[in-house]
Amino acid sequence: MDFKLTEEQLMLQETAGRLVRDVYGFEQREQYRQSTHGFSVPFMQQLGDLGLCAVPFAEAYGGYAGSGVDNMLIMTELGRGLCLEPYLHSVIFAGGLIAQLGSEAQKARLLPQVADASLQLAVAVDEPQGHYQLHDVQTLAEPVDGGWKLNGRKSVIIGGQSAGLILVSARTSEGARDENGISLFLLDPQACGVQRRVFDTVDGRKACDLFLEDVFVASAALLGEPGQALPALRYQQGRAIAAQCAEAIGSMEAACALTLDYLKTRQQFGQPIGKFQALQHRMVDMRIELDQAASMTLYAACVTDQADSDERRRVLAAAKFIVSRASRFVADQGIQLHGGIGLTWEYMLSHHAKHLLMVARQFGDDDHHLQAYAKLMPAA
Amino acid sequence: MDIDFTADERAFREEVRAWLRDHLPSEFAARIAQGKRLSKEHQVQWMRTLNRQGWLAPGWPVEFGGTGWTDVQKHIFDEECFAAGAPKVSSFGLKMVAPVIMKFGTDEQKAHFLPRILTCDDWWCQGYSEPGAGSDLSSLKTRAVRDGDHYVVNGQKTWTTLAHFADWMFCLVRTDPEARQQRGISFLLIDMQTPGITVRPIITLDGEHEVNEVFFDNVRVPVANLVGEENQGWTCAKYLLTHERTSIGGIAHNKALLNRLKQIASEERRDGRPLIDDPLFRVQIAEVEMQLIAAEISSLRTLAAVRDGGVPGAESSFLKIRGTEIRQAITWLISKAVGPYAMPFIEDELGYGTEPLLYTDYSSAATYQYLDARKASIYGGANEIQKNIIAKMILEL
Repeated sequence: MDFKLTEEQLMLQETAGRLVRDVYGFEQREQYRQSTHGFSVPFMQQLGDLGLCAVPFAEAYGGYAGSGVDNMLIMTELGRGLCLEPYLHSVIFAGGLIAQLGSEAQKARLLPQVADASLQLAVAVDEPQGHYQLHDVQTLAEPVDGGWKLNGRKSVIIGGQSAGLILVSARTSEGARDENGISLFLLDPQACGVQRRVFDTVDGRKACDLFLEDVFVASAALLGEPGQALPALRYQQGRAIAAQCAEAIGSMEAACALTLDYLKTRQQFGQPIGKFQALQHRMVDMRIELDQAASMTLYAACVTDQADSDERRRVLAAAKFIVSRASRFVADQGIQLHGGIGLTWEYMLSHHAKHLLMVARQFGDDDHHLQAYAKLMPAA
Repeated sequence: MDIDFTADERAFREEVRAWLRDHLPSEFAARIAQGKRLSKEHQVQWMRTLNRQGWLAPGWPVEFGGTGWTDVQKHIFDEECFAAGAPKVSSFGLKMVAPVIMKFGTDEQKAHFLPRILTCDDWWCQGYSEPGAGSDLSSLKTRAVRDGDHYVVNGQKTWTTLAHFADWMFCLVRTDPEARQQRGISFLLIDMQTPGITVRPIITLDGEHEVNEVFFDNVRVPVANLVGEENQGWTCAKYLLTHERTSIGGIAHNKALLNRLKQIASEERRDGRPLIDDPLFRVQIAEVEMQLIAAEISSLRTLAAVRDGGVPGAESSFLKIRGTEIRQAITWLISKAVGPYAMPFIEDELGYGTEPLLYTDYSSAATYQYLDARKASIYGGANEIQKNIIAKMILEL
């Protein structure tokens, strides 16, 4: 049992933190948010140039074979700056799916591009009726000459508006909600029959819904065996969850720091409002929630790259549950302790709050993971 | 970064587990698991068994009879003891007064008192709270006036746990009434057999006689029983409060309680199936179990921080707050799990009674344990005081 970071990890943390601090001021973030891509293309490129996008990948594909803890360190710094770049979805989630399911040729072609940030990916797994259930797939892929024909709708694809390729889950056999028969395809969003409805998200990102009408994808675009994608989707969503928890920790730390600072400076009744015990205790409650969430995030980072097991699933479900609940608490109370200023667009706290409130809306909410945990809970 | 226990640590766990299997009387284990009372004789018997093995005082330096274990080993030991249903060792001597004597005591005090704590020849109680000094401890009024080689003590202590069993009390007294609150306090060791001491029981809401009022009427205490300097008692009191606070989160205890909850919920039936398979009840167990995992990791992180940098400060307040909340949540679910059998309050079943059980062995103390757990967020600095500490020491508000 050891909670110390290695020299290399401390350097990685420092590098990521400095990069974010240098280019992610409030005004800059607003510019990135309003740009075509919805994030800073140069910053994403910088993450690639400095090797940060390569961290999770095997050395054979230009990566550094980094650990879950390495990913955690990067994600925490990105969360602290509320960075808009689709690192989590492109590098961790989509990159992980290709690394797990892809053929040698697919991996050799795609992973080095993800690792140097020349290719951005997105993952389309949710559907309107799915409600976080990865096996509830109604988008259909029918075999046709030389490939497959896709029909259906995929929901809220973060980074899908700018992705070079989108990984799409579709049903190639079996009935609705069957755990078998789900396949994963590499979709070129420029292909004929693909429509993207692009929108902003509450927390300042860009995303899209995907409408697929008789879209042809070649056989070579299939990732893994037909009908066998679900275990990999679940496994890689687990890695995405661990990364998302770390991102939330960075954001919670920033929100707590802003709030604490405000308590010390804002004067009412002739003294800093932080002198009032009701407010002090609320701030302490926020820090306790953050502390517990940080502990679960660490645990998640330690198990995320282990082989699939009930134990790993259980820890990841618990992490997502604890972090989702803590995120909402910190968001709500951060706003409350700020008063009116916490509700303004011009102040960073409200953006952290929106991000933290949306933590539970991706990769399963707190109810979803509470149920998942309850199913896996060990007997006495 | 490695969340797993090392091979050595796992081997240590096996060693502790095997030893407990061989040495812990099953009668004790059964009583503890059921949340029932244990007599002083049985507690002493268990502490002496531990002492013969050299395991009674893991927190002590080796020179005084400690084990030399790492913090992780101590945590493992705690876990295994609770999991096996071992009685809790009384902390007043071992974990409270002993570290103060080691740090501030004279050589004579160390030589006399420390061995007798290990052999359980002395049973200690803590004389801190007074009727007018609870959370605001430094406003205490019990007076000690110097008279030759003695202090003459007058006043009253309250909430004194197990004073009716105690041979000795470590006591905060006011030696300088003129000094500002925390300045004029001294740390005295008082023989409970001294004339002028009266102990009166306070019966708590669970029907238990655990705490007492203690009255001092011209009690003469040798000056040799002063620990540290006169009027520097607050330094001793503070040292005591920060020492061994890492176990204050009660992780091991909570894990054992949670396991008990699951056992009970597996026995109980609702709608013809085990209560633990009732979806609504099951998610309530799941939720508290997840909170406990997070608290455990936080506790281990704090242990690691202690190892790398000395005594834990206000961070242990996080552990105390969350640990006691979790204990109360689990014991409430235990009470809920037995349905209407949470209501009977049968003293005979809680003690060493002989009447046939009304229902089951696990239901007797179901609510009793919850009521008992209410004290946890009050003693050792109420949770609100812990929040004040965090606000001041960590947040600097």
